[in-house]
Amino acid sequence: MLPDKLKSLLRGPRGGPPPGGIDKPGALGRALFAGKSAGETIALERSSRGLEEFFRDIRDTSGLTILDLGVATQQNVSFITNLGHRLCAADFLQILNDTFGLDDTVDQSNPGQIDYFLKQALDFPEGHFDAVLIWDVLEYLAPAMLAAVLERLHQIVRPKGYMLAFFHADDKLELVPFYTFRIQNLTTLNVAQQGRRRPAQLFNNRSLEKLFGKFESVKFFLTRERLREVIIKA
Amino acid sequence: MWNKRRDEEPPKPYAPPPSPAPVAPSPIQPKKEITPVSSMPMGKFEPQSPAGSASIGKAVKVVGQIYSKEDLYVDGEIEGTVEALEHKLTIGPNGVVHAGVKAREVVALGTIQGNVEAHDKLEIRKDARLVGDIRTARIIIEDGAYFKGSIDIVKPEPAKAAAKPLQAAAAPVSAAPAPPAVAHASAGGPEIKR
Repeated sequence: MLPDKLKSLLRGPRGGPPPGGIDKPGALGRALFAGKSAGETIALERSSRGLEEFFRDIRDTSGLTILDLGVATQQNVSFITNLGHRLCAADFLQILNDTFGLDDTVDQSNPGQIDYFLKQALDFPEGHFDAVLIWDVLEYLAPAMLAAVLERLHQIVRPKGYMLAFFHADDKLELVPFYTFRIQNLTTLNVAQQGRRRPAQLFNNRSLEKLFGKFESVKFFLTRERLREVIIKA
Repeated sequence: MWNKRRDEEPPKPYAPPPSPAPVAPSPIQPKKEITPVSSMPMGKFEPQSPAGSASIGKAVKVVGQIYSKEDLYVDGEIEGTVEALEHKLTIGPNGVVHAGVKAREVVALGTIQGNVEAHDKLEIRKDARLVGDIRTARIIIEDGAYFKGSIDIVKPEPAKAAAKPLQAAAAPVSAAPAPPAVAHASAGGPEIKR
């Protein structure tokens, strides 16, 4: 039973459409949760070229300051601090929910709200971080908010610092799953799906290049699970 | 609690509470009064039993500085600072601490807003909320906990840890400015300064 469930999950958004195809937007999100009771979390391990590249650049140095925009987890804290780095955690999506409501009940383009959000989530000195684990949080930001967040990231990450971000490769999704990412080792992530959420924007390679145009370089890894892993060099 | 309205009574030897459960509000004082707290000599709060644990109940709010020489359980609200340098500090599920916290071991089940130094270990349990910077030797974060801030893992320094309580005990009452105390409670171990 369990292997079938896992197979069907893998055939979901990260592994292509399930058998029979998906007729309309939104069905994909529902298909992902087929056979999954409320509150149940299924975690899968996946190798990550982006993570490998991210740590290749920072693992030989200790004492770095790394910002994690995901949920603070024991695995990530232990892994990063065991490498001798200092970790800063800012539960980005939780702060986003607290500020704008679960379904963006408050307009994300409101300048006052954007300032408030940035103060809550990314109020750090200039050049404070050597690296940032962005994970998949940027997909849920409306254009004005996204621009403000990237501007702030550009300020708080030191030049030549690295960032790791994930984006769904399928640009026809209405709902995308959001995950808790737990670092298992330098090349492997444990990915636990926590629910699904309407993305504010979906990106292709070209739009991602444009999005990070202010940064020095952008490198893509398109995985078989239809997830783009992006390494951004500040 | 915390010797409220006992100024006129002769000092009594400390008797530990029968159970470590949070202290309920006294029936004599159904309404929480805001009264100024006076600084008490350290010795008066010396626990008789080293195994005893002090607790601050969920109906108690403390504004000021707390120095504890025994394990401390906080299920109420604290604004200021909390130090239990050689002991365990537990923030209960109803506990709300807007304070800098220093202890040998900190277990958070409630809310902490402030920097935390736990020389030995810090546990952030499920549904706990911690916003602040952490310095500790070990950290445990349960799934479902919320944390925002930085984490510095520091090697424990036993020599320093042993010396610090003495410094804290010798520190003058007016060493650090603190907000005026509006209410206080005591279970024997902690000392509250204002």
